[in-house]
Amino acid sequence: MEAPLYFLQQVINGLTIGSTYALIAIGYTMVYGIIGMINFAHGEIYMIATYVAFIVIAGLSMMGIDSTIFLMVAALIVAIIVASAHAFAVERVAYRPVRGSKRLIALISAIGMSIFLQNYMLLAQGSRDKAIGNILPGGWHFSGGDFTVVLSYMQVIIFAVTLISMLLLAAFISRSKLGRACRACSQDRGMANLLGINTDLVISMTFVIGAALAAVAGLLLGMYYGVVNPYIGFLAGLKAFTAAVLGGIGSIPGAVLGGLLLGVAEALTGGYLSTEYNDVVSFGLLILILLFRPWGILGKPEVEKI
Amino acid sequence: MTTAMLKVDNLVTHYGAIQALNDVSLEVSQGEIVTLVGSNGAGKTTLLMSICGDPLPTSGTVRFDGKEVQGLPTSQIMRSGLSVVPEGRRIFTGMTVEENLSMGGYYRSKVEIAESTEHVLTLFPRLKERFNQRGGTMSGGEQQMLAIARALMSRPRLLLLDEPSLGLAPIIIAQIFEIIQKLREEQGTTIFLVEQNAHKALSIADRGYVLEHGRVVLSDTGQALLANDEVRRAYLGG
Ligand SMILES: Nc1ncnc2c1ncn2[C@@H]1O[C@H](COP(=O)(O)OP(=O)(O)OP(=O)(O)O)[C@@H](O)[C@H]1O
Ligand SMILES: [Mg+2]
Repeated sequence: MEAPLYFLQQVINGLTIGSTYALIAIGYTMVYGIIGMINFAHGEIYMIATYVAFIVIAGLSMMGIDSTIFLMVAALIVAIIVASAHAFAVERVAYRPVRGSKRLIALISAIGMSIFLQNYMLLAQGSRDKAIGNILPGGWHFSGGDFTVVLSYMQVIIFAVTLISMLLLAAFISRSKLGRACRACSQDRGMANLLGINTDLVISMTFVIGAALAAVAGLLLGMYYGVVNPYIGFLAGLKAFTAAVLGGIGSIPGAVLGGLLLGVAEALTGGYLSTEYNDVVSFGLLILILLFRPWGILGKPEVEKI
Repeated sequence: MTTAMLKVDNLVTHYGAIQALNDVSLEVSQGEIVTLVGSNGAGKTTLLMSICGDPLPTSGTVRFDGKEVQGLPTSQIMRSGLSVVPEGRRIFTGMTVEENLSMGGYYRSKVEIAESTEHVLTLFPRLKERFNQRGGTMSGGEQQMLAIARALMSRPRLLLLDEPSLGLAPIIIAQIFEIIQKLREEQGTTIFLVEQNAHKALSIADRGYVLEHGRVVLSDTGQALLANDEVRRAYLGG
């Protein structure tokens, strides 16, 4: 009985982390789909959102508020606003001026932005870990034999909030005017312009939506781990980027699938080998996919947009 | 004296170091069908797209309704009452007919979009049958109809068309030319038509221009150009 339950526990843990990778990966994939660049500052946006969520939760707790749901909603709203504002500004300041020039220039600008944002949080918040207490303790326990599977309330919240975010995004993309314009722009931006669509605005909104989803991930993962420092954006960004490539960069369902797969792969590695191999497995997967199926699981092989 | 709806003066456009348009001037008045003919690489597409600000002309002026529009962002120019059916159709292949049409009326209200949709579906009943089909899975003729229908969604007063007959069967070409005439007759839409199919284009046009190597070398009424020896030799096969 122990073996299957242990496996189940790893899968639950993997899907938890994978959900948040998926949320962050959507930002990479949407931006890539529309302007063909990898926004390397996206991980930093997630990091900033996590800080903001921590500050809101810590601040409100100090004021004596202890309703978990209130704390989460407040933190979520503020984190989304702050993260979106940062992403909007990053696009205006660092990407729009170099749009249309060589890819390498945009890439360098993105890396520069990433370093800038990391240092900006370092100055504002210091380099040491900040922690918050668990505001949502407890969970369900299912025991069988001598192993007990734990499904924490926090994990359930992560699944639920991720699912709701994805459904909202899907509805937005397929039904709303702006969502359709996003799709039109990722197919043929010049044509969208020729139809009188303000594609600069559509691009800005793509960054804002990506940032809002990263902020959701920031709150969820921040509460799950309970700590934040200015360096978490780097690794999380790299993982989410891997997830996006795994699923097929440019494809939103691909980003979700890639995130979940990556999360489970890491959890199984951690559970059966050692957590020290997690990153090896993730980036090994990235290299394998780039070598053998660079368009990813759900992406279509196509002539590269230059 | 009436002012021209579209007036292009001394337009020059470059692609990097290559000069594609050389001092082009032309005009299109309200209610006219004007065609632009010329061989491959003459600069027809460049001229049409320069009017839309994509590519940005190097010098010269483009006036629409008497107002200078050159230098404005493309999306702004395209909201001022003109629309384009570009070379190669450029429909959104991953989107349905309905979605493509809604993009054509992007900056208009829901009610106006519904009205225009109804209107273009009566012009192109074929699209009604394909309403929820993805653009990319339709035939070439259907795609061209969709491209025209999409351009009409904004109720343009001036419609720019770039080789709408390219690669289509004669029967479809005839339909498309019929629709173009119908648009002018019934809606009063002004038409600026780029065509390699010079014979057909000149026969429905009030006036025409001939472009060679980025320059306008001839301009006259459609009938006169059809009868012109040089034009017959170069563009009408004798
Ligand atoms: N994006 C571009 N970059 C560089 N040169 C270009 C570009 N587009 C067109 N040209 C050049 O400009 C000239 C005019 O091209 P254009 O497409 O306007 O011709 P056209 O008359 O529309 O030809 P066709 O009948 O084949 O469509 C050509 O010599 C072409 O090679
Ligand atoms: Mg052309």
